[in-house]
Amino acid sequence: MTWKEDNWLLRVRNLTKIYGDPGENTLALTGPAFNTNQCPDTDSIVACADISFDLYPGEVLGIVGESGSGKSTVVKMLYFDLEKTGGAAWLKPYNDGCINILEESNQRKRYIRNNLMGMVYQNPRDGLNFGFSSGGNIAEKLIMAGNMHVGNIRGRAYDLLEKTEVPVQRMDDRPGTFSGGMQQRVQISKAIANNPPLLFLDEVTTGLDVSVQARVLDLIRELQNMLGIAMIVVSHDLSVIRMLTDRTIVMKNGRIVESGLTDQILQDPQHAYSQLLVSSLL
Amino acid sequence: MVENIKFSNKYNFAFIDESTKKEIRRKLLKAVAIPGHQVPYSSPEMPISRGWGTGGLHITLALIGRSDVFKIIDQGSDASVNACNLREFVNAMTGCETTFDTSKATLVQTRHRITEEELNENQIIVFQVPLPEPLRMVERYEYKTLQMHAEADYSKMWVSLYEAYVRYGAIMQGSGYPVMVNGRYIMSPSPIPRWDTPNLHQAKTLFLFGAGREKRLYAVPPYTDVEPLEFEDVNFEIEDFSKSACYKTGFKKAFLDELYADDGSQKYVISDSNFLDKIDSEEETHQYTNKYIDQLEAYDVERG
Repeated sequence: MTWKEDNWLLRVRNLTKIYGDPGENTLALTGPAFNTNQCPDTDSIVACADISFDLYPGEVLGIVGESGSGKSTVVKMLYFDLEKTGGAAWLKPYNDGCINILEESNQRKRYIRNNLMGMVYQNPRDGLNFGFSSGGNIAEKLIMAGNMHVGNIRGRAYDLLEKTEVPVQRMDDRPGTFSGGMQQRVQISKAIANNPPLLFLDEVTTGLDVSVQARVLDLIRELQNMLGIAMIVVSHDLSVIRMLTDRTIVMKNGRIVESGLTDQILQDPQHAYSQLLVSSLL
Repeated sequence: MVENIKFSNKYNFAFIDESTKKEIRRKLLKAVAIPGHQVPYSSPEMPISRGWGTGGLHITLALIGRSDVFKIIDQGSDASVNACNLREFVNAMTGCETTFDTSKATLVQTRHRITEEELNENQIIVFQVPLPEPLRMVERYEYKTLQMHAEADYSKMWVSLYEAYVRYGAIMQGSGYPVMVNGRYIMSPSPIPRWDTPNLHQAKTLFLFGAGREKRLYAVPPYTDVEPLEFEDVNFEIEDFSKSACYKTGFKKAFLDELYADDGSQKYVISDSNFLDKIDSEEETHQYTNKYIDQLEAYDVERG
């Protein structure tokens, strides 16, 4: 891992998402200074605005903030689940980072999603197809990347489930018959099936009980060590951020209020909101 | 139907009015231009219910000319109720000659089979299609299937084949096996048995598909690549009739229907009735050949 300026994996500039029609002053009248996401003139909602950051290979970046701060919106736009309003993003492994991936056609976006990215949602139903077996879900990712050999697909699915500690004899069962923690682990297997350089984790442990949370976090950390995958971890939970991330962005009302090394932010928060967030940590 | 013959001179030639025929022909040209792509069309009212072959009938009536020789089969049989009624209707509305003989027909309408005898460049075969959308079984929303076709995103279809293989040890789809047309669109070849599916590949004939209830037309032009979906290690297979034989002729190398007797015993008979007649009377016929039949080496084409 070298921290050279041009060695970035993902570069995001001025990423903005606004619901409704923004007016001239919409961006000026919203944000943490006004403590609102809603423009008083036009009633449009600024989910996030002017989000810029670089992510380096193998790095784990945390995005933390209260609910409604726009942290999920950022990763959903980067994973093409949501259409951006403005801004640009470049991904190094895709055309050497020369093309704004947010402007690509749907086919190209699907290619990027399948081959260069993975996503783990809070709700396994968003990431998994409950009509297919867990092996079938992993197969979907592999097939989309052009793997057409059933034996190889099953071998790879077996390895992945073993790696994520899902009982492999249940490979052909549907995820609906699994516990929440197991569903989450199947979702992680699916997300990393094609060895993507970049993984998004959107509130992955929210809704799991504490002991299962710990095991899932352990798994993510292990995978990160093993595969050197770069991650963007979205969470409202500072303990998750502390456990997983190298660097953290603090968001409030759709804006970045502070960013820096995770340790630094947790030890010595500068912005008033970050201070509040850290002081409320149990 | 008998009454209709009396009043047939009050209808336009081939029942449908000329401007609607023109619309259907235009949509057929579009379908031929984009092999495997489903083209929406008007699907006008017919004197038979939707689901009884209106889609095929629309195409037939839009294309038929006074010199055409018309043949219609239902599951291979010229004599089943659906085939008989539609044959009489087309004959009453056009006065065209009808035939049972596959080689004499210029226009063949079919339900759920391709003729056993190979069709040539001068013939057109029209399919009655109940469910034109091959992705329906994996995606229930129409707007999503349209998008999947537009972007050639067929991963769900492949996963469903994977799932079938995992669950049953083989891809069990008995009829309407999904095919990739011209390397671009996945198409449902109407519910023809797997036996017939390879015959769509690089065929000499124009294949036209009409789904009246669903208001869709599609086509496979002559000499077009049509590949059944298969994995590298799990391959498409046709029905193997090498262990059974037609009870009338002893013929094995054809699609066989299973007949059950009162005592529960079963016997087999060639599904294509005209082909059966020709084999029975030892007339010369020319069957389709494909690599899947060749792979089943056990075939003994000798009689007996």
